[in-house]
Amino acid sequence: MEQYEGKSIFKGTAIGRILFYSKGQQQVKREKIDDAEAEIKRYEEAKGKAIEQLGALYDKALAEVGEANAAIFEVHQMMLDDDDYNDSIYNIIRNDGVNAEFAVATTGDNFARMFADMDDEYFKARSADVKDISERVIGVLSGKNMDGELGDEPVIIVAEDLAPSETVQMDKTKLLAFVTRLGSSNSHTAILARTMNIPALIGVDIKEEWDGKMAIVDGKEGLFFVDPDADTLESYFAKRKEEEEARELLSQLKGQPDETKDGKHIHLYANIGSVADVANVLANDAAGIGLFRSEFLYLEKDDYPTEEEQFQVYKTVAQNMAGRKVVIRTLDIGADKQVDYFNMEHEDNPAMGYRAIRICLDRVEIFKTQLRALYRASAFGTISIMFPMIISVDEVRKIKKICEEVRAELDDNGITYGEVELGIMIETPAAVMISDLLANEVDFFSIGTNDLTQYTLAIDRQNPKLDNIYDSHHPAVLRMIEQVIKNGHAGGCWVGICGELGADVTLTEQFIKMGIDELSVSPTFVLPVRKAIRESSSN
Amino acid sequence: MKEFKYVITDEVGIHARPAGLLVKEAKAFASKITMEANGKSADVTKLMALMQLGVKKGAEVVVKAEGDDEDAAIAKIEEFMKEKL
Repeated sequence: MEQYEGKSIFKGTAIGRILFYSKGQQQVKREKIDDAEAEIKRYEEAKGKAIEQLGALYDKALAEVGEANAAIFEVHQMMLDDDDYNDSIYNIIRNDGVNAEFAVATTGDNFARMFADMDDEYFKARSADVKDISERVIGVLSGKNMDGELGDEPVIIVAEDLAPSETVQMDKTKLLAFVTRLGSSNSHTAILARTMNIPALIGVDIKEEWDGKMAIVDGKEGLFFVDPDADTLESYFAKRKEEEEARELLSQLKGQPDETKDGKHIHLYANIGSVADVANVLANDAAGIGLFRSEFLYLEKDDYPTEEEQFQVYKTVAQNMAGRKVVIRTLDIGADKQVDYFNMEHEDNPAMGYRAIRICLDRVEIFKTQLRALYRASAFGTISIMFPMIISVDEVRKIKKICEEVRAELDDNGITYGEVELGIMIETPAAVMISDLLANEVDFFSIGTNDLTQYTLAIDRQNPKLDNIYDSHHPAVLRMIEQVIKNGHAGGCWVGICGELGADVTLTEQFIKMGIDELSVSPTFVLPVRKAIRESSSN
Repeated sequence: MKEFKYVITDEVGIHARPAGLLVKEAKAFASKITMEANGKSADVTKLMALMQLGVKKGAEVVVKAEGDDEDAAIAKIEEFMKEKL
């Protein structure tokens, strides 16, 4: 097995045989001709034919990759009609008395060099366009057509470089990936690869002897394997299968409403743990963020994150979500998430110890810093604030009072903030039992099924010995969820689930029948859950 | 002769596609239309020359038209550039 690295143009996995693609670099011979005008006529006819071919390519590209990407072939047509380019060809034929092929090749080289010498990357890359149109005309003149035949079996194309016309001409059903030595991520071929969702690597030191060998393109990591061993192949087959399934779901479900068969709308949101996850939320088409775990801000640092640092993060997320709901959970450390600089004492039973809101209500300044950052960021989108580990109405009232103080301080300083919903996590049996009372205090509930299951069943999630009896489908848990939804609605709250159970598609219909309003799941589960919602009835 | 100045706002500058469209617009007029940028000048009906001006975002260009329909030509080209470039 050989392994190479390249620059990835499009992420994705491809497995198949290599087809080493050479343009058959048209060897153009310089030949003397007698009748210059007849030779010019020959050139004119070939040019006409080339322009016709480009028209057909434009139509093919238009259908396959859209107008913006097809436009390059219109530009190629115009380049072929360019006065300077044509004058140069006529001059060479007339003055040197040489064949049209040679005149076109010389002119093409000259113009390509002029672009290649320009400073700017974009204009430099146009030299490939000039070469491409020149080769097309020479192909017509010499009776060799660029037809992009690939054979019967799908292949990984390995080539020195690929022109957009070559890329578009190839039969997409036979094309697995591109691997080239040259090319830039700005080139039209790169853009086409991205538009056609074809894994592609550039900058790979290609070898002609690879022709016919098995290979793997890992567009995600920028890796290329030639003659992969059995283990590598197997792991990439699994990866490819995953990608295919995800893509399949995506294409079917992207843009579809999160609605049951009988028309009930469910708010399907995503859970994230950092700003970097937002791209995944958008790519998977979630309608909002139902749980932004703010802990990472504290976990990745050696000291308390400042208000400004936090504000920038919350603001970025709110702006990227462009008005869609973003539910941010306040600091939830303790238990399995420890931060050194908080200097917390050792606890024998941290899951039931000093954690989350208990720390915040004890060290109010840390809490206020976070709340100020959240309120300030709320001016840039739709932010809701959610508080973890609630067990009493008294806690909620204290929190609301602190929020009020924060708002008053912001008002005094003339700092604006948006409408912010306040909600709580329901993850303790206590909160479930008093959910009717809590519902009068807040705007929403989000059920954290992981902790709720652990506390309800009295089973430590971290203890592997208990895995076999840790049953998140336990009727006690499901009854609690039902009760929370009922009490929440009676008190005017919307109710969601942000724990792992929310992504359990075997329960989706049951939750909907219970009246759940929102499900928040990790980004990769958004589309599978959307599918489950769309196959469910609400009664 | 008529002329106008314009500062390019398009992110990529006068790239292939709008250059092609610009050539089409210019060819509809009898006047000789030229563009000056970066100390060079190009005939606006010639695509390759136009692209070789290498006009980037923020560059100031001067477009000149000379001929019977120079008023109409300048008006049309200016409108086109403001919209597309």
